[in-house]
Formats: sequence, C-alpha cells, structure tokens
Amino acid sequence: MTEPVIQFKNVQKRFGKNIIIPDLSFTINRGEFVTILGSSGSGKTTTLKMVNGLWKPDAGEILINGQKISSLDLVKLRRHMGYVVQQIGLFPHMTIAENIAVVPKMLRWDQEKIEQRVEKLLDLVQLDPQKYAKRYPNQLSGGQQQRIGVARALAVNPPFVLFDEPFGALDALTRIELQKEIKRIHESLADKTFMFVTHDINEALFLGQRVMVMHEGQIEQFATPEEIVTYPATSFVRELLGTVQQNQSLWGNYHD
Amino acid sequence: MIEYWKTNWPIMVVDLQQHATMVLASLGIALVIAGVIIILLMHRKNWLNGLVYFFSLLYSVPSFAFFTLLLPVSGLGMRTAIIVLTLYCEYVLLRTFITGIREVDPSLVEVAKGMGMTAQQVFFRVQLPLATPAIFSGLQVALASTMGIATIAATINAGGLGQLLFEGLQSQQVVPILWGTLLTVILTLVCAGILKLIEWLLIHRWQSVVNQRKEKRA
Repeated sequence: MTEPVIQFKNVQKRFGKNIIIPDLSFTINRGEFVTILGSSGSGKTTTLKMVNGLWKPDAGEILINGQKISSLDLVKLRRHMGYVVQQIGLFPHMTIAENIAVVPKMLRWDQEKIEQRVEKLLDLVQLDPQKYAKRYPNQLSGGQQQRIGVARALAVNPPFVLFDEPFGALDALTRIELQKEIKRIHESLADKTFMFVTHDINEALFLGQRVMVMHEGQIEQFATPEEIVTYPATSFVRELLGTVQQNQSLWGNYHD
Repeated sequence: MIEYWKTNWPIMVVDLQQHATMVLASLGIALVIAGVIIILLMHRKNWLNGLVYFFSLLYSVPSFAFFTLLLPVSGLGMRTAIIVLTLYCEYVLLRTFITGIREVDPSLVEVAKGMGMTAQQVFFRVQLPLATPAIFSGLQVALASTMGIATIAATINAGGLGQLLFEGLQSQQVVPILWGTLLTVILTLVCAGILKLIEWLLIHRWQSVVNQRKEKRA
C-alpha cells in the first residue's frame, strides 16, 4: 500500500543568484515518517517550506496527493497540513487553548467540538487540560511549549504534519523525551504522513522510517536508517556517520 | 490664582472644553485615517514609506505658520485647527503604528501563514494585537504633543486653553498663563490616563505574563 502523497519532480529553488536546490526529485508515501537530515544551508528547510507553499519552486513540479501545488488553494492546503517550527511560534496573546483552536476556528468548528478537541490533544501530549488550557505560552517551559506546538499542529487531524527542527532549541533530556513522544504519536495515529527536518543525526535515525540525507541542495541518500548505517551511499554520509562513531569510541574509552 | 478662577471660571471651563474637543477630534480623525492607510497599504512598502515621508515634511512645518497658511483655505476657527492638528498626529501615529506592526516577530507571522491564515487574518489576529503596546505609545505621544500645539490655535480664533495664555501675554499678567499651563497639563494627564486604561483593558491579560517572563530572564 504505497500511495505517493508528496512528490517533487526536478524542483529547483534559487534565492537571487544563489541556487539553493539545483534539481530535487523524491516521493513520500502515505503514512510515512520521513526525516530530512542536513547541515545548515543544505536546503532541508527550504524543501519543507515548499511543501506547504511558503516558498515557490523556480522550476519543476510539486505534487500533493497527485495534484500540482500551483493549482491548489494554498490557504486551504495549509489548514490541513500541521506545521511545527523551531521557534515554536505560539501566539503570546492567546491562551494555550486558544492557540490550539486557531485552525479549528478558521474551519468554523462549533465551540463544543473545539473544547473537546483541545482537551483530547492536551491529553495526547501529556499536559493536564485542567491545569494548562487557560495559561499563556510564556508561563510554560520550552519543552511544554513545544508540546503545545505539536498539539496545535494536530488540531484538525491533518493528513500531513511538517516539522522544521522542532526540538533544536531544547535541552538534550527534553529533546529525547519529545522524540519518543512524537514517535508514539505517529504510531498511534494511522495514516499520518510526517516530514521532519533536523540537523541531528541521532534524531533523524531514531525517528525516520526513511531518512533523506541532504547536502548542498541534493539528496545524498534516501533510505531506511538500517540501510544508511549499513550501506552509506556516499562519502558525505560516511562522514556523517563517522561523527556518531567518534562519540561512541569516546564513551567506550570511559567505560573501559 | 483662586481669585482669578472665581471671576473667570465659566470662560475657563469653555476654554477647557474647546481644547479637549479640538485635541480629541484631531486624534480620533488621525486614528481613523491611519487605520485606513495601514489596512489598504500594509503590503505596499514603497507607498507607505512615501506617505510617512510626506507627513514628516508636514510635521516639520512650524505650527504657527501652518495655521496661518491654511486661513485662506479653511478660514478662521476650530475647523482649521483640527485640520492642522490631525496632520501633525498623522505623522506620529503612522510612524509608530508601522514600526510596531513590522516589529512583530517575523517567525510568528510565518507560522500564522503556514497554519493557513489569509493575509487579512494574519494582520487582524496576529500583527495588530501584538502591536497594541506600540500603537498605544504612539497615541500617547500624539496626544501629548497635540495638547501643546493646540494652544497656538487660539491665534486663529479656535478657542481652547491658548486663550488664557495669550490673554496673559497681552495684558502682562502671570496668573492666566499659569492657569492655562496648569489646565493643559491636567487635561493631558487625564486623557493619557484614560488611554492607559483602555490599553490595560485590551492587553493586560497576556501582557503581564510576557513582562513577568522578561523580568525573570533579566
């Protein structure tokens, strides 16, 4: 049951004279959890932002559910595409409940349905609704805020969720906790396609069912974590894996 | 001082009313115009910058000259005064509003867009509420400066507290000048207080939380 839902065909993206992405093609299937791994400037965030139309490609085609993105109503598309960013981006003038309710309200859900949904989502990200719904984002820790960021992205049960380095600014322990949670959430919600951008190789390998390694706007390898670890396709991927092994040998020395 | 009040209070109250009418009408009109300009032109940077530049030129015309220059067009009286004061306010309001709206965290604007808000929704639900503190500080500056400039309007028969100042100047008495000054200051403080109250009602719920957080970090 591999049904392609996000397709890039020879996509090119320039900013002024700089070609960020020369020629990018890939396919993501329904229900997949794909991580995009790359260093800054690799074009990974640009790729993600082209999926929800924040950036437009200069050449090539992007298909969502088989339809050209240029022919779609972007506002409508984005309302059914969750979006989580590194800056978290909760609106400071709205309570937690109001933040989560932004998209449901735009889709004109009735108040009762919204309240039930908010409660359910807070449960899902393991924050007590009684305690947190009426608070403001600034009263929460960074980790709690990003949980709300995830809950907000899932508000209308969208078929796609895009993550742009969501845990990049969090401390290591909080990050690992949230990684586990996001994995659990993906497994518990059937048929949701997650696209997750990160520069952290451990995060990419842990979360992704398939990992897309990007370098200078091109795909170095797009495969399962096992394949990447066992058969790195290029020298760049080998180098990346080397950074992990370096750490492991460091730990080895300490434990001996 | 008290003596002067006892004999002249009916006139002074009228002056005070005129002054308040003049200033508040100008501020109100300027606010409406600023709102319309910003809603229509928010996404046309060059037009907005051009307009701000235009109003800054007007702002630099000395008030006395401005009042006099408009006499042939709109005649003596409060109407001319309100036109001039509105133009002065307009510059302050436009500049502070535009800066306030542009300084809203761009990542919030992008997230709002990424969640599927239309440009209008981004403006009314995110940019405008978050720019509220800047908008009110602009209103406060416009209010205070207009209160002062409005006293000059007495020279073109627009009334107001400037009457007391010029009366004192002509008859070489200090008391009316002191009264004129005192009442202007009091009127300004009262109006500023009311503005502050409105601002508080609008944003105290989330703003206090944001401030607490800032204090903790500092």
